Amino acid sequence: MNKYKKITLDGLLFQNPTFMLVLGTCPTLGLISSAFSSMGMGLTVLVILTLSNMIISALRKVIPNAVRIPCYIVIIATLVTFARMFLDKFVPDLYESLGGFLALIVVNCIILGRAEAFANKNGVLESAVDGIANGLGFTVALTLMGVICEFFGNGSLFGLQIMEFKIGMLATPAGAFLIYGISIAVFVYIMDNFERARRVKANKLARENLLKEAA
Amino acid sequence: MGTFIAIVLAAVLTNNFITVKTYGVCPFLGVSKKTSSAVGMGIAVTVVMVLATLVTYPIYTYVMVPLGIDFLEIIFFIFIIASLVQMLEKIIQKLSPSLYGAMGIYLPLITTNCAVLGVTELVIGDMSSILGAGATMNIGWAVLYALFAGLGFTLVMIIMSGMREKLNYYKTPKALAGFPTAMVTACFICMAFTVFSYIS
Repeated sequence: MNKYKKITLDGLLFQNPTFMLVLGTCPTLGLISSAFSSMGMGLTVLVILTLSNMIISALRKVIPNAVRIPCYIVIIATLVTFARMFLDKFVPDLYESLGGFLALIVVNCIILGRAEAFANKNGVLESAVDGIANGLGFTVALTLMGVICEFFGNGSLFGLQIMEFKIGMLATPAGAFLIYGISIAVFVYIMDNFERARRVKANKLARENLLKEAA
Repeated sequence: MGTFIAIVLAAVLTNNFITVKTYGVCPFLGVSKKTSSAVGMGIAVTVVMVLATLVTYPIYTYVMVPLGIDFLEIIFFIFIIASLVQMLEKIIQKLSPSLYGAMGIYLPLITTNCAVLGVTELVIGDMSSILGAGATMNIGWAVLYALFAGLGFTLVMIIMSGMREKLNYYKTPKALAGFPTAMVTACFICMAFTVFSYIS
């Protein structure tokens, strides 16, 4: 059980793809001006990442090592084609707002990165958990920034007008860069403090144990 | 002539790939620490974008649409781009080892660059707002758009790398070092490019 907890925490916090590894930046910057489209993007990537992780993990003994990257790309491109058809048919609003970034999920570094770093070494269940954790980390990060950008840039939340006051710059790519940069800084700062607190606690515990042994 | 100017202005300034469309941001943030590497990456991306459009546009228009398999475009395009990059790498390695030394390390990275797949997807889509009334898309305009989009990408890469080289002399707080500083810098470049959106 501990193993799954570690995978989940890594994906959500310690190796969060958006804030700690800074992967998949293009859709992040392109879509966080609206909370709806950034959340939709996050959920689409979550589903595709989980499925691709599971398929690649299941086929990891079959795929020859020398041509593994093209094989991964075919699997991911097929899943993206399915996702595109599905969204076009059932959620046309989201399909419209994602625009070109839907096709660009193929070259999203998070999906290929997880396939290369995790799924081709681990079992199907672990890979599924890893995919869900990383996808959730991505979704939460994107939705958070989307809410901030939309609220201050457009005065609305998920398309619902809340206030008149708005800073128009935050709804443009310039604002997206600004909010993304500040969010990374805040996240890194919090994680650093968290790590430091943990280290101090561990050191204290070790010293007490040493003192106890010495006594 | 009007269409030509419209495409050039749109690709380089008003619809710049990095500052307006936010395509190809990974190399923009990753390879912009030094001006020499930024130029190398920019030229490599431009070359691959032009070649990719030159191959994918005719295949899409004359093979995939008549056969009714245009829904497979993503799979086809990514394969064409990946094999093109591999081929280009081998050709450059054979013909000019010095150029390979300068550009070679960037080539494998380009396969997973959104800017290349992005431009091939854009030119087969609806471009009527850029082309203007009366003009229809053809291979010439498509390749021209790819070329100038690549040059616009290179331009922003060079501006960014110059700013980052200057920023190296200053101390930043630990949490802000690296990506946050780069992104705030990019924010200012984007704001400067917003001015061009008033050209119409």
